[in-house]
Amino acid sequence: MPTAQRIAEAVRAAIPQAATTLRPDVVEALRRALHTERSERGRTVLRQLIDNARVASTDHVPICQDTGTVWVRIELGEGEDLSGDVQAAVDSAVAAAYRDARLRMSVVRDALVDRTNTHDNTPAFIEVAWRSGTGTAVHVMLKGGGSDNASRIEMLAPDEGTEGIARVVIETVTAKATGACPPLLIGVGVGATFDKVGALAKKALLRPVGDAHPHPEVAEIEQRLLEAVNATGIGPAGLGGDTTALAVHVVTAPCHIAALPVAVNMGCCAVRSATVEISE
Amino acid sequence: MTRPLRIDLPLSRDALASLRAGDEVILYGDVFTARDATHARLLAELRSDGHLPYGLAGQTLFYAGPTPPAAGRPAGAVGPTTAKRMDAATPELMRAGIVATIGKGARGRMVRDACIETGGVYFAAVGGAAALLATHVVGIEPVAYPELGTEALVRMRLEGFPAFVALDAHGGDLYAAAPGAWREEAGV
Repeated sequence: MPTAQRIAEAVRAAIPQAATTLRPDVVEALRRALHTERSERGRTVLRQLIDNARVASTDHVPICQDTGTVWVRIELGEGEDLSGDVQAAVDSAVAAAYRDARLRMSVVRDALVDRTNTHDNTPAFIEVAWRSGTGTAVHVMLKGGGSDNASRIEMLAPDEGTEGIARVVIETVTAKATGACPPLLIGVGVGATFDKVGALAKKALLRPVGDAHPHPEVAEIEQRLLEAVNATGIGPAGLGGDTTALAVHVVTAPCHIAALPVAVNMGCCAVRSATVEISE
Repeated sequence: MTRPLRIDLPLSRDALASLRAGDEVILYGDVFTARDATHARLLAELRSDGHLPYGLAGQTLFYAGPTPPAAGRPAGAVGPTTAKRMDAATPELMRAGIVATIGKGARGRMVRDACIETGGVYFAAVGGAAALLATHVVGIEPVAYPELGTEALVRMRLEGFPAFVALDAHGGDLYAAAPGAWREEAGV
């Protein structure tokens, strides 16, 4: 049974790792893009991003100055249960990690009535889910404001289908990509309920770039969406080119007979996450 | 490929007029960081005093909130934030004397018009490259609003900071033009 303390230790370890070391799958995708990108300006941008990852990991400095809000997804295996005050323990870990790793404090007390900085980057935004198998996974994502701001949820009618989903993705990219730091990793959630579909889209960003979706039909939809996004010409940094996105990742779920919820959660070129597996 | 243009800050009127959207530049000299909360403060002071505070007339605003010093540098990481959030405040600040801004992402028509009206420019820096960009920041000096934390107004000395001209003083708009221009060039 993972205690709040074990979860907090995982979060504490994951934060500096995610903040300063760009995910290897993302570095590899940027390198592939540098080979395929035909725009000279686009290649200049991609070279900066690849150099940036090297400077960050060598000098142990943040990949991006927006070291984000802390999103934590705890996935409990069969028979696993949580004990203790997880929110308090994780918040202590966040405060310690942000102070010690010299990250930026980017959270205000209240969105509406008190926009003063909490000065320790708490609270973390935590969700708990259950999975088959054993052990517990702790996923940590440091989510930048620019990319989260470029995200969107829409409740479609079921008959809008794949076309409707493609429309939402392309509209979101066209309207908001330049502020979301392309080349993007685009997370798309399809299904569940209004409140849960955004979490699906965020979870989609955890999948390594280059790993195919296990369902062939979804994999094909992802490929078509990626081609449509890259046909916009928005390109690296939004300054024109072939590589507007590195990948589109779709996560699907059951939903109401009347519903087709769709969420697009933009991941930036500095998408930052780390996963810690806890096994007793 | 043409070499990037070296630009010294603060920008002269001649330099401002010569820049064109799409130009690749490297920046040298002082900028002032200002983002969401900083803009609210600056506008309030401008409106009560009738002029820009802290010697900002003729200067460049950098939309950025750096991380603390690290690796022997004044900021561990510093890069542009989304400029669009500052759009509403920008024409008023440009009319009061701000000549250039640095950020990321497309801006609204009001800012393009303000650049034409005041002879100013908007530079785009690459978002997601903040560790690299921090190697081109050689000094930081607090100016105002320390209680805002990362949103404080600070003077930042740049040395070889890479950027692109996104809006010029003649109506050129790189973010608006680049995707279509690329589709045409690439035939996609």
